[in-house]
Amino acid sequence: MFLAWRELKFARARFGLMGGVVALVAILVVILSGLSSGLVNDGVSGLKKLPVTAFAFDEETSIDSAFSRSTVTRDQLDDWAEQDGVAEAALFGNQLVNAEGPDGEAVDLALFGVAPDSFVAPTADQVLEGEGLDAPDGIVVSETIADQGLAVGDTVTIDRLGTELTIVGVLDGQHTYGHVDVAYVPLATWQEIHAGAMPGDDVRPEAYDEATAIALRAADDADIDLAAGDAAAATTAVSLEESFDASPGYAAETLTLDLIQTFLYAISALVVGAFFTVWTIQRRHEIAVARAMGASTGYLVRDALGQAAAVLVGSTVAGMAVGVGFGALLTSTPMPFALEPVPLAVAAVLLVGLGLVGAAAAVGRIARVDPLTALGGQR
Amino acid sequence: MTHPTTTTADAASAERRDGLRLADVTLTLGDGDSTVTALDHVSLTVPAGELLAVVGPSGAGKSSLLAVSGALTRPEFGTVLVDGVDVSTLSPARQAELRRERIGFVFQSGNLLPALTAVDQLRFALHATGRKVKDATRSPLDLLEQVGMAHKANRRPHELSGGERQRVGIARALVTAPALLLVDEPTAALDRARSHDVVELLAQETHQHGVATVMVTHDHDVLEHCDRVVRMEDGKLFD
Repeated sequence: MFLAWRELKFARARFGLMGGVVALVAILVVILSGLSSGLVNDGVSGLKKLPVTAFAFDEETSIDSAFSRSTVTRDQLDDWAEQDGVAEAALFGNQLVNAEGPDGEAVDLALFGVAPDSFVAPTADQVLEGEGLDAPDGIVVSETIADQGLAVGDTVTIDRLGTELTIVGVLDGQHTYGHVDVAYVPLATWQEIHAGAMPGDDVRPEAYDEATAIALRAADDADIDLAAGDAAAATTAVSLEESFDASPGYAAETLTLDLIQTFLYAISALVVGAFFTVWTIQRRHEIAVARAMGASTGYLVRDALGQAAAVLVGSTVAGMAVGVGFGALLTSTPMPFALEPVPLAVAAVLLVGLGLVGAAAAVGRIARVDPLTALGGQR
Repeated sequence: MTHPTTTTADAASAERRDGLRLADVTLTLGDGDSTVTALDHVSLTVPAGELLAVVGPSGAGKSSLLAVSGALTRPEFGTVLVDGVDVSTLSPARQAELRRERIGFVFQSGNLLPALTAVDQLRFALHATGRKVKDATRSPLDLLEQVGMAHKANRRPHELSGGERQRVGIARALVTAPALLLVDEPTAALDRARSHDVVELLAQETHQHGVATVMVTHDHDVLEHCDRVVRMEDGKLFD
């Protein structure tokens, strides 16, 4: 690094320009990563926090709309409960509804219908404020409901049906599904709403045996044979992870953001590669002189790669610091934005790593410089 | 030309050193139809402490002589002994190692690295050849002092004149204490007065430190400072 440091200082304007591009890319990557994490949380954090291994939907339901189209019955639940490796199985209802708050304001809710004594019901230690799920018209909602101006004790009225639900508890942390706050509601109440029954209406008896899907939890150290269960219960079962694709817009959003980030990594690697290609060509005569003096290829390549690593690490760290600072401002806005350390660390490693790959491709030219060209006139 | 007193250590190392011996060296350049015999059965001995000038027209093979002597090219036949080591059959990596250990180059117009100050040029030469600055027989600053450049030790090449660059280039070639110093047209970019200064410096260093020096030049004015002059024409050497 003897030569590398002195060159960085000497040609600081040129290295600064290239480092600036990498830093700007790093800022963009941080913001996209935050947006991506934020959208994932908005889309499926309610599902992620369920103690569920897999969901079984009705047979031949296409996954991209399974949570809105599937209907399963208690018979299918019983078939699943007998399967090997299934520790617990429960009916799970999921429906997006429009409602009105106490002051007539619009409130969107994702109603998760669960039996209060089943394993999918929120546990006491998940409840931040108020009580757990119990009363037939009591709902337990995501902490983010506060953004809609609601709190424990408020009553919401489901549009068209007029069903009134009272917030009895608030959960710790964000529980959202399809960008809408989750409200846990007792299964029977969910079934009445799902059947489209107004308060006091008669509900056809079968409705009380139906739900959207069967939530499954595998026994410790056991795997559930999804195919065997599907065959026995006439369902289509997917793992919890795969069920995220059933959340509205989830697959499209994550794919788009992942694609943009992939392009940014490629652009950054190419910019670094192009810079070091030009830089190495410019230095060809100097490299020839150093080699004529007896400097080994390994020495010169290590020096050049060390230089690239110094610029990449410096500019990535600087860019990420700015990005995180900017992101901290965004997290306090309603925008879906979340800075999570793991994706950021992965992004930093990718930026530096791919940049080094680009630089390595360029400085490979050092090995091809003939020291003989040091003799004769300059350039 | 007086031979100033040297320290006993310098004298001892000078005696051990063997200079340059070329025996029946032939080098052909190009391939296929257009081959040129750059060196035609050249034999030459340069003992330690001698400054040899090689003159001759362009394309006579002077640069090839430097390339073969400096282990930058392998000849087709003949042997090249640098300080007693046969370099004519070494692999490129071993050639580089030999250049590190025994050979110094002075290039046209210095060929200094633009990012480095004068003293760092010398430190880089030590660093790139696996030596430690504190172990150098002559410290970079002392050496700059001896070539009259101590007052500009912290200047970069673009802040130095042509003659100053060449002095730094000579100091850089000498800092690794080579047995053989190969000098390529050192006065090409210099005026008369500076040319004499630079070649005088080369002669002085050659004599004081027991180096075998081969200087290729077009400049007949500076030959008075050299111990011996040979002429090259069409790849052949004439005394």
